[in-house]
Amino acid sequence: MSLHIQELHASLENGTEILKGVTLDIPAGEIHAIMGPNGSGKSTLSKVLAGHKGYIPTSGTITLDGQDISELSIDQRSRAGIFLAFQYPAEVPGVSNANFIRAALQSRLPKGQEIDAVAYYKNLYAKMDLLEMDRKFTSRAVNEGFSGGEKKRNEILQMIMLDPKYCILDETDSGLDIDALKIVAKGVNAMRSANRGMLLITHYQRLLDYIKPDHVHVMSDGRIVRSGGPELALELEEKGYDFLKEPALAS
Amino acid sequence: MYNDDTATALLEKETYDAINIDRSKGDFTFPERHKFDAGWGLSAHTVDYISDVKKDPDWVREFRHKALKIFESKPMPTNWATEDLNNIHFDKIRYYLSDGEKPKRSWDEVPEEILKTFERLGIPQQERAFLAGVEAQYDSEAAYSNMKEELSKQGVIFVTSAEGLKEHEEIFRPYFGKVIPTGDNKFSALNSAVFSGGSFIYIPKGVKLKQPLQAYFRINSESFGQFERTLIIADEGSEVMYMEGCTAPKFETATLHSAVVELVALKGARIQYITVQNWSSNVFNLVTKRGLAMENAEVRWIDCNIGSRLTMKYPGVVMKGEGARGEVISIALANTGQHQDTGAKMIHAADNTTSNVVSKSISVGQGRATYRGQVHIPKHLKGCKNNTECDALLINSNSRTDTYPAITVKGNRHATQHEASVSQVSEEMLFYMQQRGLDQGQAMSLAVNGFINDLVREFPMEYSVELKRLIDLEMEGSVG
Repeated sequence: MSLHIQELHASLENGTEILKGVTLDIPAGEIHAIMGPNGSGKSTLSKVLAGHKGYIPTSGTITLDGQDISELSIDQRSRAGIFLAFQYPAEVPGVSNANFIRAALQSRLPKGQEIDAVAYYKNLYAKMDLLEMDRKFTSRAVNEGFSGGEKKRNEILQMIMLDPKYCILDETDSGLDIDALKIVAKGVNAMRSANRGMLLITHYQRLLDYIKPDHVHVMSDGRIVRSGGPELALELEEKGYDFLKEPALAS
Repeated sequence: MYNDDTATALLEKETYDAINIDRSKGDFTFPERHKFDAGWGLSAHTVDYISDVKKDPDWVREFRHKALKIFESKPMPTNWATEDLNNIHFDKIRYYLSDGEKPKRSWDEVPEEILKTFERLGIPQQERAFLAGVEAQYDSEAAYSNMKEELSKQGVIFVTSAEGLKEHEEIFRPYFGKVIPTGDNKFSALNSAVFSGGSFIYIPKGVKLKQPLQAYFRINSESFGQFERTLIIADEGSEVMYMEGCTAPKFETATLHSAVVELVALKGARIQYITVQNWSSNVFNLVTKRGLAMENAEVRWIDCNIGSRLTMKYPGVVMKGEGARGEVISIALANTGQHQDTGAKMIHAADNTTSNVVSKSISVGQGRATYRGQVHIPKHLKGCKNNTECDALLINSNSRTDTYPAITVKGNRHATQHEASVSQVSEEMLFYMQQRGLDQGQAMSLAVNGFINDLVREFPMEYSVELKRLIDLEMEGSVG
């Protein structure tokens, strides 16, 4: 049981290659972190995994618990168990948060089966309490007029509600003050499970003080260039990404 | 613990339940069984035929003939409107079709095929559920017209226009053709020449209807024109909500629907007129609607256009008494092959009058939405206010929207504001929604429903559910 990425290459529509052979195995039960400088391809990896049409996978495979998902559409991948917490979540004007999450849950049910509204709200409120979100939040339009911190909390709320098999969190720590970061980390930690794999994409070590990863990878120029345990993140924090410029590693 | 949100959630659930209805709800037809048929084309003879069949009083016959001359003398307004109007062939249309029956007061007496039609459209069911009265028109005449007995006792009149002009001439005649003069435009003249069906409503002083009255306009026959005429008079301090719906089968040839609707709200009265227009895509829908609001009265048009090939409709309010209010809330959805040319006319004719226009249009595929607004505030008045907002949403890159606001404000003792926006459902928004599991069609529907959400709330619940359904259906297959 794992989200497995094998020799993945992906380019922009203009042919520029961004991912240049990424191999990564995220078994259920583990939290992996990918760190790396800006422009290394971290966010692209998250979008390619989610099936974004702006990137063209040119070779390699993505398998989810043994099933090749390369040919699946964005929404099919979502329903198969991939969740992406966005760095910059889109606004959906006029659609309330409660209805949006509900529509997402509904899309996972067989045709003709309906969500029990009362049970849904009970669950939603419980998860909002965990993330210290105001009840008024349910009737606000998705991400419209949200602060940066509110948007990130909303991503985590959706993640908890959809209960995915594999979570990809793209720069979830960016734009958060320390209190908001702690709340977000609480939500993510509550989702740690032997049945779920997680991939944290982050520029800074800070997030990893609150969410302890099992493995840390360093990405540079479209490849994973180093892998190690949590100590690698601390090393990066101390030394920065300058070591990437050393010729031995870059080659 | 569960507040209003739970109620909202339940409503939403019903909405979602309802999404999977048959798209072609109104697309069926029964064989024609007409006793009276004015034949093809329009002439003085056609007008006399209609007057004879309807046993018009002389003043109505004269009114029709005068109107025919005005219609013939007026050019097609293609100097400002679409050239598509030239595709209406007036000689290939039948102007009057009826079975010669009077409207029935009970559904049991309605001929079987007509009853089946309206049952299929859910009209008797709606009547039982939440309506104070219903008129159901089939081609040129109403097949059914009835209202709750308690309303008759209060003096409410709800009959067809033919009954109104004969049996209630003393109330009908002074207002008929006064809010919208025959020569207002080519199509108001056409309607005035051949009108048949539609409602006459009178609400006595101080009577406030708790439930809406409804009219349903059904076209069954091919190459036909429907020309209903509606006049609603709300006497001082009264209140009424009137709703209209419509459908027609989809024919190969063009169908014409050209109505005239006049509203009169006397001192302190309130009229809300709600339309959900769902004509099939071969219908030219050219309608003139205007209300007169006297002192402290209010006229609200809540107008939703989803169907038709071409709709031209600019509901208006003439605010003639001090403190009068006028409002137009409008939603238009233009899919490929459709042009929704809609808007509003706000004529301020007294001090301290207030008007509000909120228009939202959605263009899908090669659909085209046009907004035309007119706000007129003359110099000698003071304290008038207008707010106009028009927002357009384009779904595809070849969709089209145009806005033609005309705001004439003279003098400096008024407040007006105008806002317009054009937006698109962005790739980024779709990616976000799809990442949460919605397929592209569902994501698009949700985005569109979000765009018009605040306006849909203005419709009674039964209609807002229907409306969301229709929009979801229209959005299906519009993407990809």
